Amino acid sequence: MAMGSTKWQWFYRLGSPRWFYEISGRWLPWLVCATIILLGVGLFWGLALAPPDARQGHSFRIIYLHVPASLLALAGYYIMAVTGAVGLIWRIKMSFMLMKSAAPIGAALTFMALFTGAVWGKPSWGTYWVWDARITSMLILLFLYLGVLALQRAFTSVEAGYRASAILALVGTVNIPIIYKSVDWWHTLHQPATLKLTSASSIHTDMLEPLVVMVCGFYVFYVLALCLFTRSEIVQQESATAWVKALATSESRT
Amino acid sequence: MILKKIVFNVNGVAAVRGFSDYVKRDLQLAYRSLGDTVAPLIFFTMVCTLVPLGLSPDTQRLSEVAPSMLWIMALLSTLLSIERIFIHDYEDGSLEQLLIAPQLIEIPILGKIVAHWLVTGLPLTLMSPLLGLMLSLPGSAYPALLLSLAIGTAYLSAVGAVGASLTVSLGRGGLLLPLLVVPLYMPIIIFGTATVTFAVDAMQWLGPLAAMGAMLCAAIALCPLAAAAALRFSSI
Repeated sequence: MAMGSTKWQWFYRLGSPRWFYEISGRWLPWLVCATIILLGVGLFWGLALAPPDARQGHSFRIIYLHVPASLLALAGYYIMAVTGAVGLIWRIKMSFMLMKSAAPIGAALTFMALFTGAVWGKPSWGTYWVWDARITSMLILLFLYLGVLALQRAFTSVEAGYRASAILALVGTVNIPIIYKSVDWWHTLHQPATLKLTSASSIHTDMLEPLVVMVCGFYVFYVLALCLFTRSEIVQQESATAWVKALATSESRT
Repeated sequence: MILKKIVFNVNGVAAVRGFSDYVKRDLQLAYRSLGDTVAPLIFFTMVCTLVPLGLSPDTQRLSEVAPSMLWIMALLSTLLSIERIFIHDYEDGSLEQLLIAPQLIEIPILGKIVAHWLVTGLPLTLMSPLLGLMLSLPGSAYPALLLSLAIGTAYLSAVGAVGASLTVSLGRGGLLLPLLVVPLYMPIIIFGTATVTFAVDAMQWLGPLAAMGAMLCAAIALCPLAAAAALRFSSI
């Protein structure tokens, strides 16, 4: 029995908001440094050093924001759903807090992916918006995020808000493959002949390397943002506990 | 072993009875508040009247948009009524009774979904040929329209029940509910309009209809589980 308890200790410790607050406080400087370095290097490399595209010229450079944002927008939904599921199954409040923090970040990244896509679309295809399969799927993903955000904030009981939005995130996860497949099928049905998005996908290594750096930078930035949002959620929800009160008094003194 | 079988059988019978009891009960309740029940159907008819007024009474243009318009209107009419699936039970306390009863609540929830479809989706489906006629939908499309709406509205009821169960304790859920449910409805409207459009164009329309059937099967299996989980926390 004693063995079992030590084996699971790390798992239970994860469930403690105080433990997360303290450990993430130690991570923060490192995360900030890594984010600044990776994003700085990636942006400078991508925007200044990488060669311009043969057909699109300099406008292709928005890829360095667009691709990482789209990748993380989708990954963020799964992070939200998984943390929500963990919260529902093991009733871990900490997991719900992570889920709640993942929603606004994911929604912002989805919006950023759509916005940079529109800005990119104007010079390369001559229009801001087309009903392309991937663009439409991203728009639906934004709606799914907005639904979770709205539901989180609708409940007066924090606990009920957590659980409701976790269930909605899980229902959305089951639906995402169906939505993607159906939108893909719908698009091939109404294929507009004027432009193609999937061609010219072979990317030169000089352009790819800064993109990889940017994707890594966005992942670190995502973790940083998630930590910051979760820390503020912890302080809000645990404001009645002794350690948060002690934290508040010690910080106001310094 | 035998004992287990008997217990299982008894539970099975109880589950079936719970299902049919709830279907009967909700149909009775719908019959007693007939005004509320008929409202989505009147809405369906009225909004379909807006199409020629807003677009053009030209039969050629109407027949082009008729499949998608009929499907969008059916979706909106279902959305209008989906909140009712749990809200009255929540208000008069019978939902709480259901939740504390020592039985599976998924089966009664499935019964309520079926009752909702019988009261909303099925009448909408049966009315749709009349509205198709008014929107000059070509004659070859009617079987596809009827079948796709029959399957599709059942899916709308099942998925809508999850949204309704999430928002039932909010009171002002009527505003939030469409926000949660409409993104989940998007695949079904793609396949629904495709079925009818294929039939208009004299193409094989069984493919998209089969996809809708598959989605309905998945929804019947999973939606009562999700709705039950949502109702359990909303009562605390």
